[in-house]
Amino acid sequence: MTTTLSHKDAPMDAARGNAALRSKRLRNLGIAVLGWSVALIIFFPIFWMILTGFKTEAEAIAEPSLFFSPTLENYHDVQARAGYFNFAWNSVVVAFGSTLLALLIAIPSAYSMAFLPTKRTKGTLLWMLSTKMLPPVGVLVPIYLIFRDLGLLDTLTGLTIVYTLMNLPIVVWMLYTFFKDLPQDILEAGRMDGASTLQEIVYLLMPLTLPGIASTGLLSVILSWNESFWSLNLTTSQAAPLPAYIASFSSPEGLFWAKLSAASTMAIAPILVFGWLTQKQMVRGLTFGAVK
Amino acid sequence: MQRHRLFPLAALAALGTTAATAAQAETITIGTVNNNDMVIMQSLTDVFEKAHPDITLDWVVLEENVLRQRMTTDIATQGGQFDVMTIGSYEAPIWAERGWLEPLDDLPESYKADDLLKTVRDGLSHEDTLHALPFYAESSMMYYRKDLFEQAGIEMSEQPTWEEVRSWAGKLHDPENEVAGICLRGKPGWGENMAFVSTLVNTFGGRWFDMDWNPEINSKEWQEAVSFYVNLLNDYGPAGASSNGFNENLALFSRGSCAMWVDATSAAGKLFDPEESKVADQLGFAPAPIADTPKGSHWLWSWALAIPSSSDSTEAAKTFIRWATSQEYVKLVAEREGWTNVPPGTRESTYASERYQEEAPFAGFVVDAIREADPLDSTQEPNPYVGVQFVGIPQFQSIGTQVGQMIASALTGQVSVEQALDSAQRATERTMERSGYIE
Repeated sequence: MTTTLSHKDAPMDAARGNAALRSKRLRNLGIAVLGWSVALIIFFPIFWMILTGFKTEAEAIAEPSLFFSPTLENYHDVQARAGYFNFAWNSVVVAFGSTLLALLIAIPSAYSMAFLPTKRTKGTLLWMLSTKMLPPVGVLVPIYLIFRDLGLLDTLTGLTIVYTLMNLPIVVWMLYTFFKDLPQDILEAGRMDGASTLQEIVYLLMPLTLPGIASTGLLSVILSWNESFWSLNLTTSQAAPLPAYIASFSSPEGLFWAKLSAASTMAIAPILVFGWLTQKQMVRGLTFGAVK
Repeated sequence: MQRHRLFPLAALAALGTTAATAAQAETITIGTVNNNDMVIMQSLTDVFEKAHPDITLDWVVLEENVLRQRMTTDIATQGGQFDVMTIGSYEAPIWAERGWLEPLDDLPESYKADDLLKTVRDGLSHEDTLHALPFYAESSMMYYRKDLFEQAGIEMSEQPTWEEVRSWAGKLHDPENEVAGICLRGKPGWGENMAFVSTLVNTFGGRWFDMDWNPEINSKEWQEAVSFYVNLLNDYGPAGASSNGFNENLALFSRGSCAMWVDATSAAGKLFDPEESKVADQLGFAPAPIADTPKGSHWLWSWALAIPSSSDSTEAAKTFIRWATSQEYVKLVAEREGWTNVPPGTRESTYASERYQEEAPFAGFVVDAIREADPLDSTQEPNPYVGVQFVGIPQFQSIGTQVGQMIASALTGQVSVEQALDSAQRATERTMERSGYIE
């Protein structure tokens, strides 16, 4: 095409090029503005919560305002009323413990479903997912009774088990998708070299799908951290994680907005920082295989 | 390798069990709600523990509805997770009847059970035996802005009527200056809008059920009361009234956006505190308004401490609940936090105190309202249930909330009052049929 271009066409082409560039820039700008707006809308409630945590109770219910004299009183009060660190430690133990346990069960399951499927594999996968469709309150009483008889009520072990079971379907599904994307030939090559199934999983499958496993793990940690139904219903004081801590500052009678906000900020702070630190890993994992 | 993998899990399991068994033998776990009075009780833990070195207190503080669900699960399954439960006057008789609560028939003379307000005591008894000790009690009353009343040349009656309230609301309603003529609960829920609407229906001469448990929700009295409520709030209420509960109205009133508000007496202390309320110096009190009958025109609610029969620390728990509801406790709070912060509505002796009457000018209204609210005789025509603003049967939580949602949709104009009450009637009939109350 370029060889047939005459000199006359050159300025026109440049103009066309400029216009295309301009429209591309405009489009990029539009996308950036849209992206920022959506991000700000999503972040606004969190921002407002953080801000409210530094207001007095009276300011928290007054006409919304960005200008006020910040106070640390709420943080002092919530810390004095309930020890934050016990709750935070419980959250760390159950979130990471349940994720480890879930991965330990899910990696072999996803391996067998991805590489050694039977005619029932699809059905099994769907059935696993269907357990997520049941409202948790539907199984509260049976689980409560089982936990009572096994002495698991208000224990970290009990909560870890429930979180593991809660996240297992999602973890298996995600890992299954990641494993499916791996060419089977690589595993076959390993098998030809005499690798056992365990070696195949540990030395081939896991290193090759590490971004996927990492992002699955991160998602499971976040889901466990934020879970509130089971943590409120199966714990009292010894094993209560952060959602129970937040719930203790919520009230339909009395004004506790500022304290509730301070407690919530403290509860989400660790996972927010964790999320920021692992953001790259997570995005890489979630888009893993997407461009193939 | 597998052993290595399992190690963290074993450690986790060990951690869990250690945490569970670390508790001392006489630790009592107290489930309670988050409000000012309970926060004060929690802050006095060290005083109790010093006086009773063999007992340690462990607190579980939760939002009211979460706590109710949490404790119901535990007590119904005999889970034994709590030694002391904070329950309302709705649960107390129902749970007592099922044998879920320890009867408190061995109160020592020094506890002075006769000093407890009679209506409150009745509300927490089953077959004349107390099954929970009242920590604080509330009724409902009217709050109003003295300055606005004066400007408009209105004088508050000794016993206002709803007709008067409507005409005053019309005069005081000033949306341009962001002052609503009247604020009332609109948020659906058996403990939210229905607590108020039930008292309104009572005073308009209606009732929830007739003596044979047939619902009467689409009766003439209900129609009148609910139409009055819907019109009043739509004409002179704040914007978005259907999402306002106690907290929202408290916030509105304390920042000066309501001329009148009818709600819980427990708001008085907060509205009277200049640090929390802009209108503290202009705050007026009056009894809850009435219409056709004074019966049931204001509610009765108490938060009480009870011991589930599944507790294995019954004696220690009894020691604690006796302490937390004693005359000495009231004095202790008065000394430490001031008289306006003592738990109201439980003991005659609190109201006999001159200091209390001096420092809390609303005290007289509160105690009168509580004394007059009779949960056994709350409607003009006789009814088969216990409760002023609720019906003391297990089905009421769901009935009340369902009817509350229908009334809220009438308030927002999605359906007419008549339609809302007709569907509420049908839904309640179905629930009552299924539960075997009616055929």
